[in-house]
Order: sequence, then structure tokens, then C-alpha cells
Amino acid sequence: MARVVVDVMLKPEILDPQGQAVQRALPRLGFEGIADVRQGKRFELEVEGPVDDAALARIHEIAETFLANTVIEDFDVKVEAAEADAAAKAES
Amino acid sequence: MTARVGVVTFPGTLDDRDTQRAVRTAGLEAVPLWHRDKDLKQVDAVILPGGFSYGDYLRAGAISRFSPVMETVIAQAKAGMPVLGICNGFQVLTETHLLPGAMLRNNHLHFICRDQKLRVENAETAWTRSYEQGQEINIPLKNIDGRYVADERVLDELEAEGRVVFRYEELNPNGSLRDIAGISNAEGNVVGLMPHPEHAVEPLIGTGRTDGLGFFTSILKRLVSA
Repeated sequence: MARVVVDVMLKPEILDPQGQAVQRALPRLGFEGIADVRQGKRFELEVEGPVDDAALARIHEIAETFLANTVIEDFDVKVEAAEADAAAKAES
Repeated sequence: MTARVGVVTFPGTLDDRDTQRAVRTAGLEAVPLWHRDKDLKQVDAVILPGGFSYGDYLRAGAISRFSPVMETVIAQAKAGMPVLGICNGFQVLTETHLLPGAMLRNNHLHFICRDQKLRVENAETAWTRSYEQGQEINIPLKNIDGRYVADERVLDELEAEGRVVFRYEELNPNGSLRDIAGISNAEGNVVGLMPHPEHAVEPLIGTGRTDGLGFFTSILKRLVSA
């Protein structure tokens, strides 16, 4: 089965206090040099059948109508090769 | 004869009973509506109460928005039926795009529960006619996702059209843009706000005042005189 990943991020102009809280915690934990953190969501969709243009169009619609609220969020759809992923896991 | 006001219960709704009680306190008939039911049982208006429908999974209101009952509520709201969204109900209304903008995590990241002063900026909507323009009311506020955001163009449009219905007074509790606590659609039949009028309808409980009762008497006037 192929995996399609949908990343959802707050639009750049939207204040992200959760990301800021993470960023502010870093120096306290001894991690320096991180100027900014923004927090988002990652959805992994296991797709039945081929990931063709029709399937991608459908996933795009899922992302636009449901996974993201496009008033405040942007999203990005990426296809992941499931076999390559499995091989990498087997190696490690 | 009185009017029938539907109160929707989603899985995770908390304030449906208080809302039904507030509806009855104002002299209206409260009709419980179930999220899986498309039938609105011939109600004259609908209230979406507060709570954490579907555990606020994905985004507050994002899953409830696609429930069977909302299909009918959205269609009826577009046809002019009065709809009020309180707290989680407001979040549902922004997710349906019946109201513009969106709700996000409070800027200080804390859950807040306090009595909150509001200014009534528009006393002409279906839900605010019992108030005076500019009147100050004090009702409970309790949420973590209460920060209202919209882009500048939408905010300007809301202000120009008098669709900012409530503004936070004295203190902005969550970072909402332009101190917005509640808004309406262009027609004024759909109103959403974060604070809870249904918790302030009887002198014995809540703030000890009945500042929230006006929402329910407003809709009574609207429905019975119409």
C-alpha cells in the first residue's frame, strides 16, 4: 500500500503560541541556536490501490475540506514510496 | 403559543442541558436535537452549545461540522433560520464557514474560566435585540481555543457592516484580534460568541446576574412577533 503524507501548517502570518513555547523551552534544556519554532500536523494516509492523478486529486480534496482549515492553515501533499520506507526500516 | 428552539447534542457536548434550561427560562420550548439526526423536528431556531464535541480532535468543531444534523442546520441557516453558536458552537460555525474567520489556541496557552465583561456592539441581530447598543454585560467565559482570527480584509468588512456583535471589555482574555468576542453573518440570523450566556440566566448561579438571558428573550421576541 502506498503512503501519502499531508503536512498542515499554520499560515506564516498566524501567531503560533505553541511553537513559541517550544522555542522558549529550548535554551533551558541546553539547546542553543534555534531562532523560531512553528508547530504543525502530519497525516499519514495509507492508500488502497494506485496513487494516480485521480487518487491524488481526492486526497487534495480531503486535505482542503477536512484536514486543513484553509482560513488559517496551508497544506502540502507528498507521496511516499512504501517499499523504500519498509527497506529503510529493515536496514536500521 | 411559544416558539421551539432546538439544542444540538454532539458527542462531547457539555452545555446542552444548561442551554435547554436557559431556553425554557425565557419562556421558549427547548427541543433536544441529536447530532446523527438530520431532522430538526420543525424547530424555529437552533443553538449549538458549548463543550468539546468529538474531543476537539483535528480542530475544535472540525468533525462536528460534518455531522448529519449540521447538513440541515447549514441549509436552514442559509434560508434565514436563526442559529446561535456558543463557545464550541461558535467554533463549529466558523468551521462551516457560516461565519468567517477561525478559532485558535489562546495566546497564553491556558484554559480560562472567568466572568467576562463584554460590550454589545450590535443590538439588532436575531439574538441581541433585548440589549441596548453599547450595553455592557458580564457572563462566564471558559475555553482554551478562544482566539478569534481572520485576515485584515475580513476584519475590516465585519467592522464596516456592524457584524462585530460583541467585544471583550477591560481585558482581552485570549488574544482575539480587535477584541472580538462574537460576530454575525451578513443577514444577522447567525451569531457566534465564545462566552456563555446560558450560564447567566438565573440570579442564584454563575455571575449572580442574569445578563445572559437577553439572548433567549431576543429570540423569543423575534420568533413570536414574526
